[in-house]
Formats: sequence, structure tokens, C-alpha cells
Amino acid sequence: MEDMIFYDRLQFAFTITFHYIFPQLTMGLSLLIVFFKWKFLRTNIDKYNNAAKFFMKIFAINFTMGVVTGIPMEFQFGTNWAKFSELTGGIIGQTLAMEGMFSFFLESSFLALFIFGEKLMGQKLHFLTGFLVFLGSWASGWFILATNAWMQHPVGFEILDNGKFVLNNFSALFSNPWLLPAFLHNQLASVVTSSFVVASIGSFYILRKKQIEYGKLFLKTGVIFGLISSVLLAFPTGDWNAKNVAKHQPGSFAAMEGIFKTEEKGAEIVLIGQPNMVAKKLDNKIAVPNVLSFLTYQEWDKQVPGMDQFKKEELPDNIPALYYSYHIMVGLGTVFIGVMLVAFIFLWRHKLYKTKILLWTIMFLVPFPYIANLTGWYTAELGRQPYLVYGLLKTADGISPTVSSGNTLFTLLGFVALYMLLGLLFLLLVGKAINQGPKPQTH
Amino acid sequence: MEIFWFIAIAIVLAMFFILDGYDFGAGIIHLFFAKNEEDKEVITKSAGLFWDSNEVWLVAGGGMLFMAFPTFYASVFSGFYLPLIIVLWLIVFRAIGLEFRAQFNYQMWKDIWDASFGVSSLLLALFFGIALGNIVRGVNLGGVENGISTHEGQYFFLPLWDSSFSPLSATPGIIDWFTIIIGVISVVTLAMHGANWIILKTNSSINEKLKSVIFKLNIALAILTVLSLSVWQIVRPESLNNFFEKPYLIVFPIIYFTGLIGLFYIKKLKKDIYGFIFSTLIILGGITSSLASLFPVILPSINNVNESLTIYNTSAEEYGLSVALVWGIIGFSLIFIYFIVQKRLLAGKIDKMDYGKH
Ligand code: HDD
Ligand code: HEM
Ligand code: HEM
Repeated sequence: MEDMIFYDRLQFAFTITFHYIFPQLTMGLSLLIVFFKWKFLRTNIDKYNNAAKFFMKIFAINFTMGVVTGIPMEFQFGTNWAKFSELTGGIIGQTLAMEGMFSFFLESSFLALFIFGEKLMGQKLHFLTGFLVFLGSWASGWFILATNAWMQHPVGFEILDNGKFVLNNFSALFSNPWLLPAFLHNQLASVVTSSFVVASIGSFYILRKKQIEYGKLFLKTGVIFGLISSVLLAFPTGDWNAKNVAKHQPGSFAAMEGIFKTEEKGAEIVLIGQPNMVAKKLDNKIAVPNVLSFLTYQEWDKQVPGMDQFKKEELPDNIPALYYSYHIMVGLGTVFIGVMLVAFIFLWRHKLYKTKILLWTIMFLVPFPYIANLTGWYTAELGRQPYLVYGLLKTADGISPTVSSGNTLFTLLGFVALYMLLGLLFLLLVGKAINQGPKPQTH
Repeated sequence: MEIFWFIAIAIVLAMFFILDGYDFGAGIIHLFFAKNEEDKEVITKSAGLFWDSNEVWLVAGGGMLFMAFPTFYASVFSGFYLPLIIVLWLIVFRAIGLEFRAQFNYQMWKDIWDASFGVSSLLLALFFGIALGNIVRGVNLGGVENGISTHEGQYFFLPLWDSSFSPLSATPGIIDWFTIIIGVISVVTLAMHGANWIILKTNSSINEKLKSVIFKLNIALAILTVLSLSVWQIVRPESLNNFFEKPYLIVFPIIYFTGLIGLFYIKKLKKDIYGFIFSTLIILGGITSSLASLFPVILPSINNVNESLTIYNTSAEEYGLSVALVWGIIGFSLIFIYFIVQKRLLAGKIDKMDYGKH
């Protein structure tokens, strides 16, 4: 039984991690493509249209990967988490089915038109199809986060005698206090990813001294979007999420922040430190007193309950992983704000395109927003443990009763092999597209 | 309310088999009949433009099943664990075959992705048929051994095959001679459907040849249909009862046979679209007839310990189903609009259209 749960969790974690590499770029990049297309409509300068078309190429490859890795996600609820699906399907099935109806259809119908239809439709309609693709991808983020928000903070339901969760208030699913902050934060995070991708490709073109004109455009756009989104990501949205966790999942909050002991006179904020689970303390810690209490409650000496106040079953089962995930996300977030701010100042002073060190930094920073996004999700998902539906349904009670661990191990290995192949192909094709660069119009 | 969602999901799944069916079929035809590069290119394009928006029907169908019949979704998806995951992998190979073939201009690269697209289309068509076969045949719900359930009555787990390969065994596997027959029917039907699509959408050099291919496949289908109907009687004797009790259900088999007979005239048809319509009718009629013969059961139990799964004992509660009705109607209307817009804008033969390079 134990290893059954372990393989199921591992398979879910692996496949969702791989899936989420792609939608985060899809959602953010569609915004930037719409932006380029809009600039083109306003100025009629071909450069913008070519930029939109160039990123469309990358978008298309990325989108394919998102779709093929997304379909296994949806099916896995049934294959590996049958008991969970049976008990909660009447609720999270709503949001998942709506995602299919309202966002995937929108996105995929208009994507074909956006890619192939420019000459058939004229520019205004072409812009509109691009905008609908953007809308579809953000709607899909909205519905999947509504699903996740319900698992983090269940609302609008009752539990029958046979253990089934039954919906009794549909609109509560969307007015869930967990949803809006998570959605905004998550969408901004995907804008950060795509800004870094765009800026990084720009730096690459400038550094290799080919297609410098596009390089400058990409870098500038990426830096401006990147700065705005990274700031908004930390404040207000990151902060807002943290308050939500403190309020609704206090045990997870203590673990995330690494507070082993409750401090009478307000909690310190930990900048660096390694959780030591045996001694129940942080090793080599650097912390600033009372700041956490202030950030969470706007009162310097308000008490924040530490892990000593909770029973073992109320705490997440992998505290170090949760703690590190959270601190990596927040740490990277701070780095992003710093880098983008410096880059923006240099851009303003017309020095950015000549400052090699910054160009190299931006170019190589591109994996880190992906890492921040994923560790952010690990924070949310590990923090929810040991529950599938917070406080109500244990993860161990959600797995499929008839699927054996050998089967799950087999399919897990299959997914690993297949996804390695997909990853290689993805890099190959995106690399090729970037190397070719945007083509100037030929007629 | 259950009946409404049953019908809605049936429509969505039928749409999936009709729409994605033609690009599965195109894959099968591509595998066996496309010889020169130009034909291969237009055929992959005729499928490549649309596979993604077609596959959404599957995703939406899955989501709706999850929402409306959670117990059924949980039971079937975990019970058919291995084949389902293999289907997922095949879907991946098919999609990347279509999307990546045109990315490099090396013969070897193209050959790899052509094979990936063709073989996985063929296997998917087979697997979907086998799945349908399993549903109409029924499974050992509750894993009954010697009259005792080994787990909860709504769950089961099937091995890929049972040593007897017989649908009549007490513990049939996923693959047996009955489900294989249904699988082959599915391959033949979708191959014809794909061929009709290629004729409709392209000017490939094999179009004339495809018409005789369709003719021959149709003969095979007619034989298989008779065969399957007779063994169906052995496997599930009660399958005709519904048609006797509610004679109007007869329209579904009639739809099927209209398509089947119509396709014999493939070489004389005035418009390419008629061929496509006939193969659509075959698919539509086949799926709806099978469902009508089961109704209201959606997964028969082959033991007498646990009840069959029906739309009533697997559905979500009334409130959820009725709010979903409201957004469902809105959603369906929107999808209908997108569908019309997309098909109109991308109408016509692929090779005449100027899509620009991408
Ligand atoms: C580029 C990515 C990125 C960056 C730089 C940040 N975040 Fe984040 N964060 C995410 C990407 C992300 C995410 C992946 O998007 C999450 C996971 C779930 C969600 O809704 O958003 C998330 C969740 C998330 C949560 C909820 C965790 C839970 O549900 O248990 C909190 C409290 C924060 N973030 C706080 C912050 C703070 C204070 C940041 C300060 C800089 C920050 N995040 C930067
Ligand atoms: C892209 C973002 C996401 C990432 C990176 C992510 C990550 C993870 C990880 C690492 C686990 C394993 C946790 C553990 O074993 O302790 C997990 C579990 C799970 N997550 Fe997520 N998750 C994401 C989004 C979602 C969403 C949107 C949903 C709901 C719709 C969801 C539902 C689940 C379920 C059902 C499990 C399995 C049970 C469990 O182990 O808790 N996840 N996820
Ligand atoms: C367990 C959770 C998840 C499931 C079941 C799931 C399911 C799916 C499916 C079935 C698709 C393919 C849709 C198509 O055919 O067009 C897809 C794609 C997509 N998913 Fe997920 N997904 C999950 C997690 C996430 C998360 C956490 C996000 C973002 C917040 C997300 C955003 C998207 C987007 C934007 C797409 C569009 C295609 C793309 O660009 O990748 N998904 N997902």
C-alpha cells in the first residue's frame, strides 16, 4: 500500500511538473504576442508583425507540447486517483469540464486560424483571433486554479453518508477566497517566464550580432513586461497568497516559513537557514526579528503559531522540501525584481544594449523563472499534504483501489522515457526557430 | 437529468470519433497508400490543421464524464489502466508526428514522423474499437472470484488478455476475439472515413485509387458487420431487448446501414462530400446503436454478484447536474459558433489554399 501511494504521487508530480513547463509559457507569451500584434495595428511597422509571427512559431511548438502532456493529466485523475475522482467528481468535475468547454475549444479553434489565416482574414480579424487564443489560455488557467483552489480550501459542498462530496453552491466555486489571489499570482508568474524568454532571445541576438534590430525590440519589451510583472508578483499578489495560507492552512504556513517554535513577541522572517528535523530547529539561520508578524498581520508583535502548536497529523509530511521550495521561489522572485530593475535603468539611460554583462545575465537567467514557477507549485501542493482535499480527504484514501504498484511503476517509467524524448525534441525545434530568427517579409 | 447528460456525452464522443476519426483514418491511409512526397505532405496537412481542435472533443468528453458520472469515470479509467495509458502515449506520438514532420527537410526525419503518425493512428483506431467492444461485452465488476467480490463492487481491473481469449470466460481480458472483431471494424471504418476526407480536402494523386480502396473496404465492413452482429448475440444475448421494447431506437441501426449501403456507390457519387457524409453516418450509427442497445447500462457486469453500472447508479447529484445544464448550453452554443467560423474560414481543398508558411 505504502509504495502504491508513493508511485502514484511520484507519477503525478513528474507528469504535472513536465506539463507545467509549457502552459506557463503559453499563457504569458500569448499576452506578448497580442501586444506585438496590437503595436503593428497601431503603427503599421512590419517589425512588430514579424515579431508576433516569430513568437507564434515558438508558441505553436510549445502549445503542442502542452496539449500532449495535458491530456494525460486529465486522464490521470481517473487512472491513478479513482477513489478521489469518485468522491469529488461531482465538484471538481464541474470546473474541469468547464475548462474543456470554455477554454480549450476557444484556444484550439482559433489557434489554427491565427497560425494559418493571416492572409485569409485581414489584419484586424487576425488580431482578434490572437486575442481569443490569449483569452482561451487564461481561461484555462482560471478553471484549473478554481479546481486547485477547491482542493486547497473546499467550499460550497456537503458530505453524504457514503463519503461523497456533493456540490450545493455552484457560485462558491468561483468566489472561493483562495482563487483570485492564486490566479493573479500564477498568471503574473507566467508573464514573468515569458518576459524572460523574450528578453533572453533578444539578448542572444544582440550578443551574436545578427538580427540586432529584433534583438533590441525583444529585449526592451521583455524588460518592461518583466519588471512590471515581477514587482506585482511579490506585492501585492505574493503577499496576499501568504496571508491566505496563514489564515486557512496555519500548519503549512509555519512549515513554509520554517518556524519551529512559536515566539511570544512576534515572529522573525527567515532569509537563510536549513531545517533540521531532528533537533527541530533551523541550522545556520539568518533572520530578521518581527518582520513576519508585520508582513502577515501588520502588527510587529502579533504571535504566529509555530510548528510546535500543531499535532503531527496537521503538518505537511515533507517539511524540508516545502520549506526549500518556498524559499527558492521567494528568493528567485527577489532576484528577478533586482535584475529587471537594473536592466530597466540601463535601458532608460540607453546603455542596456552595450552592457555585455547584463546581456549575458539576462540570457542565462531564462531557466530560473521556470524553477520559480515549479517550486511555487511545490509549495502549494506539498503544503496541502497529507490531504488531497484540505482537512477532509487524505491523499492515501484517494488512490485507485485496483491498480497495482507494479503497473504504476511501469507507466511512470514509460512517461519518463517518453517525456525525455519530448524534451529533447522541444529543445531542438525551439533552438532551430530561435537560430533562424524572425524573417523579414518577402514581398 | 442523467439522460440529458448521457445524450450530451454521447454526442460529444460521437463528434470526437467523426472529427478526429477522419484524421485517424488519414493516418491509416497515409501509412499504406501515400507513396510520393507531395501526397504525404497534403495528407499530413489535411489532418495536421485540425487534429488539435478535433482532439478537444475527447478532452471535453472526458471532463463531462468526470463531472456527470464520476463513479463510472473512476471505475473505467482505473479498470482499463494499462490500455488507457498506452492510448495516451499513442496520442502523443501521433500529435508530434503531425506537428514535427514539416520542421526539417530531411527524408529520414520525415520518414520517422510519417511512421509515428501512421502507426499510432492505426493502433489508436484499433484500441478505440477494442474499448467499445469491452464496454458492450461487460467486465467482471468487483473482481468476483468464486462468488465473492475482491474489492468494491463498482471497481474492476482487466489484464490485457486472458489465456482463453474468449469473451465468454468468467474473467475476460481486454483483448479477446470479440473485442478484436470490433477493433478491426473500427480500423476499417475509420480508414474509409479518412479516405473520404482526403478525397474531399485534397487534390492528391491517389484520390481516384482511394475510391476503389473505399469500395473494397466497404465490402469487408459489410462482412464484418454481419459477423459481429451474429457473435454479439452469443456474447450478450439481451442486446436486442431494447430495440424490441422501444422500436423507435431502430433509427440508429438504420443510420448505420444507410451509410454502409451509400458507400457502395462511392464511384458514382457526384460530390466528394457525399462520401464523407456516408462514412460519417456509419460512425454515428455504429456508436449510437451500441449505446442504445445498452441503455441505461453503461458498463455491464458479467457476474451476478455486482450490479451493472448504469447512468443512475454512477451519476453525480441532481443539483450539480442541473447547474451544469445551464453552463453546458452556453458552452455548446459557443462551440458551435467556433466550429462554424473555423470550418468556413478554412474551407476548400488544402493544396489550393494559401496558408503562408509557418
Ligand atoms: C515566477 C514565479 C514566481 C515567483 C517569482 C514568486 N511566485 Fe509565489 N507562486 C508561484 C510563482 C512565483 C506559482 C507557481 O505561480 C504559485 C503556485 C500556486 C499558485 O497559485 O501560484 C505560487 C504560490 C505562492 C504562494 C501560495 C503557496 C500555497 O498555496 O501554499 C505564496 C504564499 C507565494 N507564492 C508567495 C510568493 C512571494 C511572497 C513571492 C515573493 C517574491 C513569490 N511568491 C514569488
Ligand atoms: C503546474 C502546477 C502544479 C504542480 C507543479 C504540482 C505539483 C504537484 C506535486 C509535486 C505533487 C506531489 C505532492 C506530493 O507527493 O507530496 C502533486 C500532487 C497532486 N496535485 Fe498538483 N501540482 C500542480 C497543479 C495541480 C492542479 C492544478 C491540481 C488540481 C487540479 C493538482 C492536483 C494534484 C493532485 C490530485 C495530486 C495528487 C495527490 C497528492 O500527492 O497530493 N495539482 N502536485
Ligand atoms: C492536474 C492539473 C491539470 C490538468 C488535468 C490539465 C489538463 C490539460 C489538458 C487536457 C490540456 C490539453 C488541452 C487541449 O487539448 O487543448 C492542457 C493544456 C493546458 N493547460 Fe493544463 N492541466 C493541468 C494543470 C495545468 C495548470 C496548473 C495550468 C496553469 C495554471 C494549466 C494550463 C494549461 C494551458 C494554458 C493549456 C493550453 C495548452 C498549452 O499551452 O499547454 N494546466 N491541460
